[in-house]
Formats: sequence, C-alpha cells, structure tokens
Amino acid sequence: MFKFLSSDPVHNPTASSTADTEVKTTTCYMCACRCGIRVHLRDGQVRYIDGNPDHPLNKGVICAKGSSGIMKQVSPARLTQPLLRKPGSERGEGVFEPISWKRAFDILEKRLSHLRATDPKKFALFTGRDQMQALTGLFARQFGTPNYAAHGGFCSVNMAAGMIYSVGGSFWEFGGPDLDHAKLFVMIGTAEDHHSNPMKMALGKFKRAGGRFISINPVRTGYSAIADEWIPIRPGTDGALFMALLHELIAHDLVDRPFLQRFTNAPQLVVLDEGEREGLFAFDAAAGVAGDGRNPHNKLAWDLTSGRAVQAYPEGVEEGRSLALEGHYTLPDGTRVAPAFQLLRERVSQHTPEWAEAITGIPAERIRQLAREMGETALHQAFELPIPWIDAWGKQHPTTQARPVAFHAMRGLAAHSNGFQTVRSLAVLMSLLGTIDAPGGFRHKAPYPRHIVPNYRAFNDPDMIKPNTPLNAAPLGFPANPEELAVHADGTPLRIDHAFSWEHPLSAHGLMHNVITNAVRGDPYKIDTLLIFMANMAWNSTMNTMEVRKKLNARGEDGEYRIPFLVVCDAFQSETVAFADLVLPDTTYLERHDVMSMLDRPISEFDGPVDSVRVPVVEPTGECKPFQEVLIELASRLKFPAFTNEDGSRKFKDYPDFVVNFQAQPGVGFLMGWRGKDGTQHLRGEPNPNQWEMYAKNNCVFQHHMPKEQQYMRNWNRPYLDFAKEKGWRQKNDPVQLAIYSDTLQTFRLAAQGKSKGRQPPDHLRERIATYFDPLPFWYEPLENACVDTQQFPLAAITQRPMAMYHSWDSQNAWLRQIHSHNYLHVNPVTAKAAGVEDGGWAWVTSSWGELRCMVRHSDAVEPGTVWTWNAIGKASGAWQLAPGADESRKGFLLNHLITEELPFVGGQISNSDPVTGQAGWYDVRVNLRPAQPEEPAESFPQLDAVPSVPGLLRSGRRFMTHILSKKP
Amino acid sequence: MSQHPNEPQTLAIQLALVIDLNVCVGCHACVTSCKEWNTSGAAGPMTDQGAYGEQPTGTFFNRVQTFEADSYPNTQTVHFPKSCLHCEEPPCVPVCPTGASYKRKSDGIVLVDYDKCIGCKYCSWACPYGAREFDEERKVMTKCTLCVDRIYDELLPPQDRKPACVKACPTGARLFGDVKDPDSEVSQAIRERGGYALMPEWKTQPANQYLPRRVTKQPPSDAARAEKDRL
Repeated sequence: MFKFLSSDPVHNPTASSTADTEVKTTTCYMCACRCGIRVHLRDGQVRYIDGNPDHPLNKGVICAKGSSGIMKQVSPARLTQPLLRKPGSERGEGVFEPISWKRAFDILEKRLSHLRATDPKKFALFTGRDQMQALTGLFARQFGTPNYAAHGGFCSVNMAAGMIYSVGGSFWEFGGPDLDHAKLFVMIGTAEDHHSNPMKMALGKFKRAGGRFISINPVRTGYSAIADEWIPIRPGTDGALFMALLHELIAHDLVDRPFLQRFTNAPQLVVLDEGEREGLFAFDAAAGVAGDGRNPHNKLAWDLTSGRAVQAYPEGVEEGRSLALEGHYTLPDGTRVAPAFQLLRERVSQHTPEWAEAITGIPAERIRQLAREMGETALHQAFELPIPWIDAWGKQHPTTQARPVAFHAMRGLAAHSNGFQTVRSLAVLMSLLGTIDAPGGFRHKAPYPRHIVPNYRAFNDPDMIKPNTPLNAAPLGFPANPEELAVHADGTPLRIDHAFSWEHPLSAHGLMHNVITNAVRGDPYKIDTLLIFMANMAWNSTMNTMEVRKKLNARGEDGEYRIPFLVVCDAFQSETVAFADLVLPDTTYLERHDVMSMLDRPISEFDGPVDSVRVPVVEPTGECKPFQEVLIELASRLKFPAFTNEDGSRKFKDYPDFVVNFQAQPGVGFLMGWRGKDGTQHLRGEPNPNQWEMYAKNNCVFQHHMPKEQQYMRNWNRPYLDFAKEKGWRQKNDPVQLAIYSDTLQTFRLAAQGKSKGRQPPDHLRERIATYFDPLPFWYEPLENACVDTQQFPLAAITQRPMAMYHSWDSQNAWLRQIHSHNYLHVNPVTAKAAGVEDGGWAWVTSSWGELRCMVRHSDAVEPGTVWTWNAIGKASGAWQLAPGADESRKGFLLNHLITEELPFVGGQISNSDPVTGQAGWYDVRVNLRPAQPEEPAESFPQLDAVPSVPGLLRSGRRFMTHILSKKP
Repeated sequence: MSQHPNEPQTLAIQLALVIDLNVCVGCHACVTSCKEWNTSGAAGPMTDQGAYGEQPTGTFFNRVQTFEADSYPNTQTVHFPKSCLHCEEPPCVPVCPTGASYKRKSDGIVLVDYDKCIGCKYCSWACPYGAREFDEERKVMTKCTLCVDRIYDELLPPQDRKPACVKACPTGARLFGDVKDPDSEVSQAIRERGGYALMPEWKTQPANQYLPRRVTKQPPSDAARAEKDRL
C-alpha cells in the first residue's frame, strides 16, 4: 500500500472513466447552432457531452455552452410539474399549486375549444427560441388564429427580409460566407451568434491559410479580436458606409457588369413617367400581364447592339446582346425609362466617402481603400473553378467564376429601425461584386435560394377568420404588394401584433415585442389567452421590461386581467413563469424528440441539404412533457382537421408519429432522410415508419451532397432549379434574379402616394410609407433620433451576446455563470472621463425612456460614441433558482429597461420598429452617463423583490454541484 | 534526505499543448469541456462553491482571460487561455513536502497525487503562472492533467485519445503532441510559427508554447502593383 517517501503515485490519474459508459448521439440545443453531440451516460445519467466527429456541421468540436449541457439538465430551476396559479393570488407573486397533466389539458381544452368556436383570434401563440415553427405555425393555422409568431421580429427579421427580398436568401443557416475560397472576409455587426461553431471552424482555417479578415463593429470582442483589422463604426450607420462603398465601386467601375446584366434586374427598364406604373418595371403588354414581385417575367431591357428595347428574357440574354446598365431611353409608346442600375448610380452619386465619414466616424480615405480592396479582390484576384454549369436560359458555362470576397453580418445591422434598408444596401453591394452563390463569396443553403418574393403569402383575409375553421394560409409569410397585407377594409390591422399592416408591411416574422402592450390596450382588439413558449417575455425578451411586467398584471374596469389567461411553457423557472396562470413544464433537449427540418430551420451545408433530429437520451425529469406533445395532444382534442381522421379519431399517436406521417405536400414531410416504405428514398417519398430509427443509427443527421454542377450559382442554375422544385423546396423553377431595384417596395410607395388603383394606406401613414418604401437602398438616421434630444443623450447603447451564454437560459448554468456572473457597461476611457465615471465604479445610465444603475468598465475596445453590455445576464432576484442577492440580480442588469417598445407618432404611438419589417429597434437607444453618488447602495437598479420558488422545482439538483458520477473503486 | 525522486532530467518524450493566439476567439469551449470531462473522471471532482449562490466560484483547470493592449483606435483584444504548462523544470515539484506534486518520466506530464497532497498550497506559490487551483471542498491542489486518462485509454477510439480541450476547440487553436519529436504537429507549429514560452526569465522551461498573432495586411492596390511591375 502506501510506502513512506515512496515516489510511486497512490492516486491513479489514468483510471479510465469510459468503462461502463454508454454513448448515444443526438443534437445539442444550448443554442440554435444545432451541433451533433455524443452523450456519454453512466447508469442512465449524463456524464459527459462532446462533439460528434461524424457530424457534418461541427465535425467533433463543441463550444462552452454545449460542454455545459449537463448543468442545464440538472439545473435546480427546472420545472417538473404543471402548475396553476392559486386563486386569490396575483400574477407575478409566483404562488402556484401543482396540478396533474390531465387537469392542465382539460383546462386548456375547455378554454381553447370555446375560443375556437366563438372568436378564434382571441387565442395568441408566441414562441421564443424554438426550432419547431413549422409545427407551432401549423397549430395556429389549424386553430384558426392569425395571432402567431416566433421571436424573429424582436431578433433579426431585418437580416432575413433585407436579404431575402434582394438575393433570395440570407445569413445564419440560410447561407453564409464561403471561407474555403475567399481571400477577403468582411464581418459586420456580428457578435457571437448561431450558427457559431461552423463560423469558428471556418475562421480558424481561413486565418491559418493567410486570408484577410476585416471586422466592422463598434466593439472589438469575440471574433473581432482575431481580425487582421478592426474598423470601428457608430451603431446604426453601417448603411451610410455601404452607400459610400457603392459610390466608390461604381465610380471606379469595380462592378461585375456581365453578372449584373445576366443575373440581376439591374438592366431592367424602370418607368420614369408619373402615374400608376411610376417606378415599376416596364413590361411588354403583348407578352401578358405586368409582372410583380413574384414574377420576374415580362420585363424589358435596352439592347445597345440593336438600339431598342427587348424582352429581358429570353431575348435579353441571347448571344450578342449588350444590355445597357446606364442611360435614359424612350420606349416606342413614348414611355420614358431607365435601367435600374442607372437609378442606383444616380442614388449613390452624392454618397461620397466624405459624406459617410461624418456619419460613421470612419475616415473617408479608409472607406476609399476598403472599396478599392473589395472591388479589386473580387474582380481582379478572382479565379475559376473547373466546374461547368448550365444557366436557366440554357447557356453552358464551361467554368464557375469565383469572386473571393465574402461577408457575414448579423444583429448589428438588423436591430435598428433602419436595418432593412441597411441590409438591402449590403445585399446590393454583394451583388455588384458578383459574389452571390459564387465560390469565395456568399453561398446559399437549401432550401434557399427562394424566389424574390418567396411564394408564401401570410394569412390576410379578415373574412376567413371563422369559428372552428383553419386559416386559408399560414400566419406568417412574405407580402409582395399591398393587396397581400393583413388589414381590414379601413386599413386597420388584423393581428394583435399589427404584423403585415400598413405600420410595417413586410413584417415576415411578426412582432413578438408588441403583443403584451397591444393586448392590454385592446388594440386592435382584446385577446383572451396568450400562450408563450420558451420566451422570457417578462424579462429579456421584451423592451421596457418594468412596464411590460406591470401590463401583464393590468386589470380592466371589470376587475379582470386585461389578458384574461396566460399560459407559459418553459423548462425553467424564468422571470416570466411568475406571471402565468398556467405553467407547463417542458423537457430539456436531452429528453425529447425534435426535428431540424427543411420545413423550418434546417442545418443545410453549402453543398446540399441537411436535416437532423434529437432523440431522447435520458428519461424526462419529473412530469416534464415535450411541448410538441402538448401541441399534438391539444390539436387532437380540439379535432383540428390535419390531426383528425375522417371518422373523427385521432390521427397521430404522438409527436414522433406526426413527424413520420405528416406530409406538407405528397412525399414531403418534416424529415428528408430514409423516406419510402423501405427507407431508400431520400428527399422525397412516402412515410417510412422506421424513419426515427434510421436517424438514430446515423448520428441523428441526414445529409445529401449535390453534384458539383448544381452547387453554385443556384439562383440561375437550371438543373438545380428543377431539382429544388421536384423536391418540394420551391413551388416554381424560375430563376431568382437579384433585386438591385425592389419594385416590390415601390408598389407600397405608389399606394402611399395615391398613385395606384389598389389598396391604399390610412392617411396618417402615407408619408412614412412613401419615405421608407424606397425601391433603392438608402441610409437614414434611426427613428429614435427624431424623438429624443440627441445632445442630451449623445451615446449609442447596444448589447451583444457572449460566446458562453445563450439568452437567459445559460446565466443560470452553474458552470457558465462562473464565466459571466454579472455584466458591466463598457465605456471608452475618454467618454468615461468626460462623464466622470470611474473604472469599476457605479453609474446611472439614462435614456429618454428610463434609467438604470450599473457598474462600468473602461475599455479601449469600444468606439467613444458607444457603450455596450452583454445581454440577458442580468436577472430578477430569485428567478432561475439563483440565491436572492446573486451577482446576476444584485450586480447584473438589463439594458432593456432603457428601451421603449413604442415611439410617439402622429397623435398616438407606433411600434419602436423598422417601418418596413417591424423589427424591434433595440440598438437605437440613446443614453447619457453620470456617476452614482457614494452613498447609493452598491447594487444595480432596478431591483426586484425576490420571487418565491414554485412547487416542483428540481432543487435537489444542488447536490450535483460537485457532479460526481463515478463508482469509484 | 534521500534523493528527491523528481529531480529534473531530460526526458525522451514531453507532451504539451500549443495554443494559437492567432485564432482563439475566447469562446471558453476549452474551459467547460475540461470541467465536464474531469469533474466525473479520474482527476475529479472539480467542486463548485455556491454554484447557485450569490457569488459562484469553483475549480477549473483551464481559464481564458481577455485583455486589451494599446489604445483606441489601435486596440488589440487578446483572448488568452492558460492552464498548467507542464514545465520541464517545474518549480511546483521540488517544493512539495510530500512528493504529491510530481512530473512523470514517461511523458513529462506534471500531476498532483491527491492521496498524498496535504493541501499546504506551497506549490501554488511556487508556480509563476498561477496554473494550480486549490479545491476548497476536497482540500487538495488540482491542475491540468493533460487528460492523461484520455490519451492512453484504449477504450476510446484512437482519434479521441487527446485532451478534451483540444478536441473541443472550434477554431483549432489548441494542438497537442510531443514537443521533443521534431516531426510532431506541435513541434512543426512552434518552428514554423515562432512559438514562444511564457515568462522565460523564470527558467521554468514551460512545455506548452504559444503561437503569436499573424496579421494579413491590406494588399497593394492594382495601381501600386502595376507601378511596381513597371519599375
């Protein structure tokens, strides 16, 4: 045994801990990246989680969050029982009694069936960080309510819509930078975001290969730390930078002219004469009706070779044609026209680098050099890949042209009230450089590219909201013209969040941040039941947090709550749980089935579609039930047609059964892999009863590699276009011409100007729509600036997500909270000195809408006009089962308290949003700083009274503090 | 006293990590993947005090510190992971009164024998890098083990026999291997990229090395290139 002064070790450091370990694969959900993971179990308990080396998305790597999944699984904040608010107690007090699922379902069935039979729109379903929008959206549609959205309107709908309406796809899992072939990578307004691990992998490889990485951001953290160059910029001004870059590229002819002529609407002729078609594309009447945003056909272009107007397709793309990009022309019938590109030229002519310098803070010479570097790298450092391809008009291209300048952008562009036009200007920039779906540029991921405008109209007909009847369209979609808005004849909104109304017509992701305020106000009507899934709407998933919390408790003159019934489904005791009337405990990602579906948000790679699943690797804790099962159960009880057989019996046993057997179109279901009765038909085929087993046996993922000839230029790649239609990803196989000029926006502008024959907006919204629905991109100051005194509030305040946390989910994680247990406001030392605020000192941060107290850190990694903090670390005392007085509540803070959800507008108020998409403008807030007084308490403000624990929490998880799982000999 | 069993000697094999500061984005994957592997493995448990309390604190073998250098607008932000550097002349070893702190002759990994450690903390005073952490619950010193329980475990597939942090790192900022083998990945990286030791003035000869930042500068413009060709 132990020999005195022996040098032999007693403790054996090499003892294997892999014996008796079972390994199961599934998909992570610590964020929405959805990496493949291996879960190592001992005695049925999770012992270790690592990246699955055989998974195409992450290839074995895993981030800090994914590695900490164990502590999420055993979090003491886990809800384990359905809860009903004790009669007589107030919302927010958190006083509940545990009830059975049977009772919970009976309550919901009774209430929802009554609503469905009388006034279905009184039921509102809003979801947060979910991955199952195809199912939740289907539920809302089948119920018959238009009042449904996920979190996109609060998050980054500008990024999605701004690019989809321009190039047919966007960043995140819809597309991204091709760093394998790029030489220059420009990352703008990006913090940590999903999908994150693939970005990290690609960036590491890119830097090792000597690629040049420029980061444009007010702050230098995270990825920007390893940028070869950091270009600081003032928040909300990126659009001005892009306009100046466009100016320079065009001035120096650093644009891909052949690309613009063939693959975009740049040469298409725009009507200049005043009238009904002013600013829309001219069309050949003999060839049929005028095209609109959905139909690229029937446009005209000017052929310099023959000196006349020709049909844009197919005439315009014949051999020998030379389509004009510049000039003014007259059609045979006398109509004055100009190519769209000519109008873009005229638009950018005054947006010089000097103009942009005054706005962005970036020196004009730096802007010039940046434009030059982008243009020269894309066009003169280009190369070709030996991949032949056939375009939509039959031309055989012997090689694929690479354009080695790639971009990535995220919330720094999107979360502003000028975000849509800013993103559009970036998309136009990327298009002028010829980088769309080219090697080294921006590459789509299936099911994108989609049509511009995608063929998914949002539900919009007030007459089609009927008792016990599904809607005749999905609640969310992409409007192509004013006739598709969800408004009444008098122009008032149809939906509780005012989405798809004249206030913000292209609100493709809804407006989650408006729901509570509007419901309490009864604008446009009162609702009865609000069901919130995985969204912390009484805390960080809201603006003006303290007011919203009060509104949840607001009562009418009759003494009843203005939102009569509030249901919260979550896995954890978030701040929102205390406000619920009914709480449903959700499972964690390790305890459930899930799909990362092509019908929803898949994990496709550049070279082909990929979808994946989660399978349970441990039993559900307590009485937790996956939310999908709750929806299937309710849909069956309420006898939704899609969930009910002809004989009235229940169609789907459970969620896995639903996933296997539900078909959105013949042969197209939630999962692509191993379809067909024998499991051999991939992508499209009959349901396979063993589909889940096939995924579980194959790392929970299905990947299809497309032939090389179909991997690039997919907006115009004939075999790919046919393939995408055949597999049900698109309804049409038309080429997707890039929208340098957005005639879709012009249709709304014409309506506002009273020039169109169709539907027109209410008078008080005409000027707003006419201003912002500009068919060409432009920059304008964020709307907040016109509503506040910018001298009194000179600083921009923004937030970003830290790499080790994902919203409020993770600041309760025992390991992750040791990385960030609280947050500071980071201030440039020059700015801090001017305000008298010390490094590590307490300060008051005040906006026109609210104030808070927090600690400050001096940082040279932030431009002087900006202050920033991490989002979602600050917590309410007692929430998430952290000790009252925990750093998160005592020292942490939410910037949300300073942000308004509404701005004053024409005798009333309007959402604090982008006027095009309704995107919440939460990075627009302006603040000032002053030091706190020495006698003030050393804690953040506001502080809340600690919320009591609810019944059924997994508090026994505390014993896992040391997380010993070994059977030590 | 008998000859100290762990007197420094030249080893044939020295396993180590190489950390590439050129691509570390500070994501902390290495921090928590290490924690989760080790807390229920041979080197664990890695305890937490007040895990859900007011100010959580706990044992980690690897931490990432982010610091700023220079001033605005030329600020450099550096993400800096740090764990035991498995020095070839480890000052933590000779100071240990019980011999709990030792360096393996077979591969150069420096370890703590928990069953001999009396928690005097002398070794953590000796380490100039602050790489050791005293576990408040178990009252023993703990540190990076270079996943010695993974790298030789034949129950693991060969490609997994590397430290948890190396496997996790999404940007590929962590390399693992034998720095005495000139053909190893780590030796090549050190040679080709100018890998450097931390605080060489302490004469600890750390086995772990860091790779410096490499900046890809703005390329010359077409006009400048043409001018150069002309000349």
